[in-house]
This record gives sequence, C-alpha cells and structure tokens, in this order.
Amino acid sequence: MVFDRRVTTVVIGGGHAGLAMSHCLTGRSIDHVVLERGEVANTWKTERWDSLRLLTPNWQSRLPGFGYDGDDPDGFRKMPETIDFICRYAEAISAPVETHTTVTSVRRTDAGYQVVTDQGDWHCRTMVLASGASNIANVPALAAAVPAHIAQVTPTEYRNPDQFADGGVMVVGAAATGAQLAQEIHRSGRPVTVSVGEHVRVPRNYRGRDIQWWMDRAGLMDERYDEIDDINRARRLPSLQLTGSDDRNALDLNSLTGIGIKLIGRIAGMNDSKAQFSGSLRNMCALADLKMGRLLDTIDEWASANDVDGEVEPAERFAPTEIADDPPLGLDLAGGEIKTILWATGFRPDYSWLDVPVFDRKGRVRHDGGIVGSPGMYLMGMQFLRRRKSSLIDGAGDDARDLSTHLAAHLDG
Amino acid sequence: MSTSESTVDNGVNVKALLGAREALTDAPDAAQFTWRASCEWKNGTHSASTIDSYFGLGEEHQHKTTFTIDADHPEVFASEDLGASPVEIVLVGLASCLTAGIAAVAQHRDIQLRSVKATLEGGMNIQGILGIDADVRNGFDGIKVTYDIDADATPDEIKALVAQSQKRSAVYDVITNPTNITVEVN
Repeated sequence: MVFDRRVTTVVIGGGHAGLAMSHCLTGRSIDHVVLERGEVANTWKTERWDSLRLLTPNWQSRLPGFGYDGDDPDGFRKMPETIDFICRYAEAISAPVETHTTVTSVRRTDAGYQVVTDQGDWHCRTMVLASGASNIANVPALAAAVPAHIAQVTPTEYRNPDQFADGGVMVVGAAATGAQLAQEIHRSGRPVTVSVGEHVRVPRNYRGRDIQWWMDRAGLMDERYDEIDDINRARRLPSLQLTGSDDRNALDLNSLTGIGIKLIGRIAGMNDSKAQFSGSLRNMCALADLKMGRLLDTIDEWASANDVDGEVEPAERFAPTEIADDPPLGLDLAGGEIKTILWATGFRPDYSWLDVPVFDRKGRVRHDGGIVGSPGMYLMGMQFLRRRKSSLIDGAGDDARDLSTHLAAHLDG
Repeated sequence: MSTSESTVDNGVNVKALLGAREALTDAPDAAQFTWRASCEWKNGTHSASTIDSYFGLGEEHQHKTTFTIDADHPEVFASEDLGASPVEIVLVGLASCLTAGIAAVAQHRDIQLRSVKATLEGGMNIQGILGIDADVRNGFDGIKVTYDIDADATPDEIKALVAQSQKRSAVYDVITNPTNITVEVN
C-alpha cells in the first residue's frame, strides 16, 4: 500500500512546536500536514521519566490560540497534564496530524522536497523540521571504557530509581536533568555522586516571584538571536538548574549536597577501571555563582527602573556553592561503590532521515533564526533558535509566526 | 560592553583573536597546532631546554628568538640549584597562561587593567617521588593561585575575568585533566 501525495507544506513532528506552526499555517490558508512518528506529544509519552514536570509555570505555556485555563497558574505540570495539554491543543486547532507515520528520508526535488515515510511518500514545496531538540541522549566516548559490571543508563531510558540496582549511582551532568535525577535517586536510598561540569545556577524563586516570571517580564526571554553577543555559545548553554515541584524549592548544588549528595569534577577520562575527574570543579561553580549574580543584578536593575520594587520582596543574594576542600580526582569503579552511571550529558536531535546537505561539520542543521540553508526549509523548537525562549512551549508561538511569514513569502516569491 | 570605539588598552589585539576564531571555526585543520620543546641534560639534575619552532595554521613557524630555560633542583635535593625546578616551571606555565587570559578577556570586556599579580603555591609531599609511600602521588596535591588585580571594574567583574580565564586556559586544562603521554626512545 503506497500513497504518493502532494501538499504545500510538510511539518515533521507533532509536538508543541509543530502544532504551533500548523496553527499559523492554517491561519494563512497554507495546506499542510503534520507527520508524527507516534502520537501527539510522543516524546513526552514514551521517552521521559515518570516524575518529570515542566520547568516553567503553567501560565507560561502560551501557544498561539491556546493557553492555560486551569486554577493553578503558578504550578508545574506533571507528565500526564503536559501530554493532555498538547493533545487538547492539537484538537483545539484541528491540526491535520498523521500519526504513526515515521519519516525515513527527506530529499530535495526540483519543486521542493520528497518526504518518504513508512506510510507512503509526500511531495511538498516547503517543510518544517519540528522533530525536537532532544531525541538522542549524548553519551561521551569514554563510556565505552567503563567496566562492564557497571550499569549505564541515559535519561531517555530512565523511568524511576527502582530500575537501578541497590548501591551507589554516579550521575554525570548537573544541568536540569542531572540535578533532578540525582535528587530523586539519592532519595531512593542509593547514594549519589554528581560529576559537575559547566552549569547554570538560578533560584526557583526570587523576591517572591518565580524566576521565569522575572525573565519573562524583564524581556530576557524575548532577547533575539541576532541581538546577543555570542549566539553559538547561547545555543550550547546547559539548561537552567531548575525543577518544577510543589514546594518550589531551588535545585542548586547546595541543595544536593544538603541531602548528602557528593560533588566531583567533570569526568575527564577512564584509566583501566579508574574514572578520572577534572580539578576544575571549584571554577565551574564560581562561574555559575557569578553568572547567577549577574542575572539577579539585571533583574534588580529592571525592577528599579520599572517601579516593580514595591510589588515584590527586597533583593537578596544566595550563598556561594560550597565545595569540599579536596574533591576526589579519581574513583575506582572496580571498588564496588558505584553500581550505576546515569549519563545526563545533554541531548541532541536525530536527523538520520534528513538527506539534504544542510549540516555543519558537527552535524547540526545550519540555519539563520530557523531559516535553513535550503530553500523553503524551516527549523523549530531548538535552543535559542530565534529567541531565548525558543526551546520552551512558550517560545513556539512567536517563532512559528515569524517563520510562517517567511515561508508564505517564499511560496509567493 | 560597548561596541563603539574603546579607550581600553591592555595591549591585547582582541580583534585579531576574534577574527582567528571566526576563520578557524570552519577550518579545523588550520587550527591544529603542535608545540615543541627540546631538552638536553647538562650534568646532575641540571638540564637546558630550548624552544624555537612550532607548527600551526598549516605551516612551520619560528619564534623571533630561540628561548632557553635552565632547570635544576635545589640544594636540599643535593643538587646545584642552577635553575628553577621543573615543578616550579609548571607553576610558571599556569600563571602566565592564566594571566595572559585575564588580559585578553579584560580587553574583550572593555576592562582596563592597571596591575595584575599572581602568586602561586603548589603543595607536594615528596614521599611520593621518593617512593616512601605508594599512596602519595608524585605530583602536586593541590595548587593555589592568588591574584591581586587593580582594574576599572567591580570585584565581581574581576572575579569573572579570572574565572573565564581558567575556563579558556590551555595550561589549566593540562593540569586539571588527564593527558595521554607517549614517551619513545630512539
């Protein structure tokens, strides 16, 4: 059974980004289809851990034509609520989603693109890559040298601590994923050591408001990719050390050491069974503390300049990250202390199906604010694609509006 | 940070450095450098090292002059103390790398430096190198670097200069992270 169908625009990916684009295309009467390998919100349904909650408050999930209508605007969605939210959005905007349709190849044609799927082919003039920024968990090459008796797990495989053997766990990475999972695993009775590289420390609450409220109100989330100093660096920055929880507590390294988690430097090598760690831990933490200080300075300056000081609590500063006097530089994995390693070392997109020469030498899609270097091709949902908020649900709307405008002009041109 | 004409001058050509970064992003081969030194034993623990050439940007280069560094060990090691000890030279490498980085980052951030002074201490238990206790490592058990910096900047801006300099320093990386070393004998 082979279909061969034509449509003006193919959107690959039925998550919030692809759906926001679908809504904007519908608004412009551009006929299109959204191809989804599973069901709407598939990654949320199948590739994330049980306890995951959104890092952004409920009010901040503003999609074009849709938003939060519940009675807990400051809460943080759990997974079922997130999935439900995205599915309701797909229904509300009547998105033309073809589910259980896996794209196996995209090729350039004279008229545009041929999209090959396991449900037949599509031909289109324009296409939108909205298949997500976090399809594959990064694992460093040195993982291959880890002794075989140590279990190795990535966040896309992790569901809850019960899947781990009893005993110690080394969590590698201290961005949002690493810090959250370290906390959860340590609380399950498995002693956790976190290997800490570059990270971004922020408080959950500042002056009585959520940090996202401040960044949103002060315009930081709207900062554009073509207006900041070093966009390449901004796009590589680890995720903010945040968690969405009912107690609204901070998830910084001090909160982890406070419950007994040990910190060690970035994992730098394996020598036989011995893991080696960088001596840079103190500087990594100093960089993060200073960076947080600059963010809070920016917020305080904005609050003063915009007469917000009266509505909020006084400015405060947080204790520096505490590091043990001599963090160990080596750990013998044959010693039995560590049973499991969780690689929370970031994610990357999967473009194995994209047979169009749009990649840089690191395998990233070259683009200018989401306009890919192949005519009529667009990218959505990547970190700092067009704005600081681009990778958030809240950022999809503005990006979809901008890029659908460009896409429409391309069709007219 | 201002992008207009700056009056800050730390003697670092940041424009050239940023230009190089841009040019080398898509030319990884040209970015591949090889640094060299040669060392000749004199007598006892005294040796003289020579640094004159390096490879980079796809071709051979000569330093403007040939540099020599004498190394020896102090008299408490029953040596003649004809030069700094090798571990002290490692401290010098770290200090000069971090200090160069501070100047470059300061220039980039439009911060005028007036004086930058570093003092370094590396602790070492010589039971390691003497083979007395296998649990004691040969190398430093820690290095402490202390900077005194006078600059047109707030204390936090100065701290950020020093932190960023560590992040980008080659010698800091060499010391904090393992490196494979191959030693061959002709």
